[in-house]
Amino acid sequence: MDYYNEMYSGDKVREPYARLSEWVETMPADFRQMKQAEAEELFRRIGITFAVYGEGGDPDRLIPFDMMPRVFDQTEWRKLERGIKQRARALNAFLRDVYGRGEIIRAGRIPARLVYQNEAYEKAVVGVVPPRGVYSHIIGIDLVRTGKDEFFVLEDNCRTPSGVSYMLENREIMMRMFPQLFRQNRIEPVDQYPELLRRTLESVAPPKCKDRPTCVILTPGHFNSAYYEHSFLANLMGVELVEGQDLFVDGEFVYMRTTQGPKRVDVIYRRIDDPFLDPLCFRTDSMLGVPGLMDVYRSGGVSICSAPGAGVADDKAIYTFVPEMIRFYLGEKPILNNVQTWTLWKDDDYKHVMANLPDLVVKEVHGSGGYGMLVGPKSTKEEIETFRKKVEANPSNYIAQPTLALSTTPTFVEEGIAPRHVDLRPYCLCGDRIELVPGGLTRVALKEGSLVVNSSQGGGVKDTWVLSE
Amino acid sequence: MLSRTAANLFWMGRHLERADTAARLLDVGQRITLMPNTEAGYQNEWNSLLQASGTADLFAEKYGDSTEENIQEFIFFDRDNPSSVAACLEKARESGRIVRTALTSQVWDALNMTYQELRKMERKQRSKLDAAALTDFTTASTSTVRGAINATQLRNDGWHFMNLGYGLERADATARLLDVKYYVLLPRIEFVGSGLDTYQWQVILRSLSAHRSYHWAYGGDITAGQVADFLILNGESPRSLLTSLYESVWNLEGLARRYGDAVPTSARDKARESLASLQSRDIDMIFDEGLHEFLSWFIGEIGAISTLVHEDYLLGGS
Repeated sequence: MDYYNEMYSGDKVREPYARLSEWVETMPADFRQMKQAEAEELFRRIGITFAVYGEGGDPDRLIPFDMMPRVFDQTEWRKLERGIKQRARALNAFLRDVYGRGEIIRAGRIPARLVYQNEAYEKAVVGVVPPRGVYSHIIGIDLVRTGKDEFFVLEDNCRTPSGVSYMLENREIMMRMFPQLFRQNRIEPVDQYPELLRRTLESVAPPKCKDRPTCVILTPGHFNSAYYEHSFLANLMGVELVEGQDLFVDGEFVYMRTTQGPKRVDVIYRRIDDPFLDPLCFRTDSMLGVPGLMDVYRSGGVSICSAPGAGVADDKAIYTFVPEMIRFYLGEKPILNNVQTWTLWKDDDYKHVMANLPDLVVKEVHGSGGYGMLVGPKSTKEEIETFRKKVEANPSNYIAQPTLALSTTPTFVEEGIAPRHVDLRPYCLCGDRIELVPGGLTRVALKEGSLVVNSSQGGGVKDTWVLSE
Repeated sequence: MLSRTAANLFWMGRHLERADTAARLLDVGQRITLMPNTEAGYQNEWNSLLQASGTADLFAEKYGDSTEENIQEFIFFDRDNPSSVAACLEKARESGRIVRTALTSQVWDALNMTYQELRKMERKQRSKLDAAALTDFTTASTSTVRGAINATQLRNDGWHFMNLGYGLERADATARLLDVKYYVLLPRIEFVGSGLDTYQWQVILRSLSAHRSYHWAYGGDITAGQVADFLILNGESPRSLLTSLYESVWNLEGLARRYGDAVPTSARDKARESLASLQSRDIDMIFDEGLHEFLSWFIGEIGAISTLVHEDYLLGGS
């Protein structure tokens, strides 16, 4: 298979990469090793670590950081930006609709079963319209590239997409280690993100909040693998990082316990999942949430970001209908395409997929993190047959996609520099305005030939540049 | 400030100070065992020290034999011993991680580096580590954290909670170390004033890094009365009961001023009262009262203040 290398056009180095290419070529090998060690030291000192589940070992693990940035020029970025914002608007319109009149279902564009019987559909919030009608305030859209102008959306993340701290820290570390690169290249900044996030949250304060809203980040606690990110964002936004035990409901409002007594909370950016939010409404055994929170939410005493129930929009089964949503709600043509997807609960699709398993990527509808999936071309016959049995047992739990020729970017490896496959997750903010900082998180599959970029499967991260004109 | 944040800052301070105390305890023990001993051999002295820190039963249960290696392992590395250096540093770092938003990056850096260094030491062969190196590592690390706090933290309520933790823990630790000296180490009255007595006082001073300061303050010979005065009533001595309590009161006053009338001040009121009571004594009165009796009273006061801090600030008014 041929892969698009983002650095080259034919044999020539593309303009956005010109100075980087020089930089790499003139870099002595020992200097590179020294800098790599320095970068790792910085990550460990700052404490940017994550936990890998179920493997034991050191709980404080680093995500491998690749010093070779990935670059977009203005033309590429503008198209991505328009496409991402368009998608974000459509996803929120869809959420407003399915918790309201359900026009898109009445119109027969999406099967009712996929929405109303979806696990992520929260009956508890039907008819509750959050401030400004926004359900998902931070949308992470995973993109892959297969050619110069071919970008595809792999999935949408409407609940609590993580990784934005890596976008910010990768940049911070690159600027600290290689300031001359930032003088040579005109790179759009990303460090306004926390400020924009705070403004976004304040813009969706609940109706009962009359003064400047008090925002907090709600974390499951310091054992969570993304805890660093939670505290990092709270710090940069200047808001409190709270756990469920710090909050309580009294009458119409939510309060946090402070050294000066109770203080009212207006907007909660929650990094815990719906089922854990309120033991009185969802899982009764949850210790992470706040009893009574949903009553306050429903009566307009507090905003929850993302709104409970937002997850129904980012389900892999709903994903196939996003282009339809864009046409239905916005009357526009989708700027970014979906990857062709076969849904195995349809007979024709099922037959096609079962006949072509070795060429396809098959995923669980509710899976994440690169677990529970089959990459046909990279699997042995036995692996394929084992997976086939799982699919046969429960076809509606799976979707399939063609194996994409994911683009590559140059990446530092043991022997020097070599192409490795990458994806991209930009973070779109939705409040009174829709905002997107120029950049995102680029994940890179560090193993030669690997197409799986998840950090739990040996992926690393890169700084992502958008060049200004 | 969130009550939980305040609680973590308070306990971060306490645990850092406690790690320091554990390391000093190891140092005292080491030095005393180098002396020709009093009664039943060095095991007896180690046992006394462990008793003073309230961990003798735990040690006996887990190790049995009080060999030097066992004791070093227990006081420095053992996570089953809640007062070990490693356990305290780990808890302090954990608290710091939970409230990272309330710490400057320099403080976190110092705290995190201490922990990373500790992890490295844990992987080393024990025979390659001597007690002096362990003590030095601990005092140097906790000083670095302390320095970072002083140099970079905002002087806000969080600062008061941290320093309150340090102050109360330090007052408690000095009191306990003194108590070890008279109540445990020197079990029979005829030793008072002997060479052994003086030597033990020297060790106590040394373990508090106060050996030289003592000479600056008093000059001349080391006498029980003066050392006790230095460690209890001297306002210049950084680890004395008076200084530690005074600083705790100062931090509680700061909180009371900052928070105004709406927040209860029972901890501040109690601490003021204890300080006044301490200041009304001189060293002769304390010896007449009985050193051990006096120290028991003092340790009780510190416990009461700590409980009131909890009630005033750390429950969140609900």
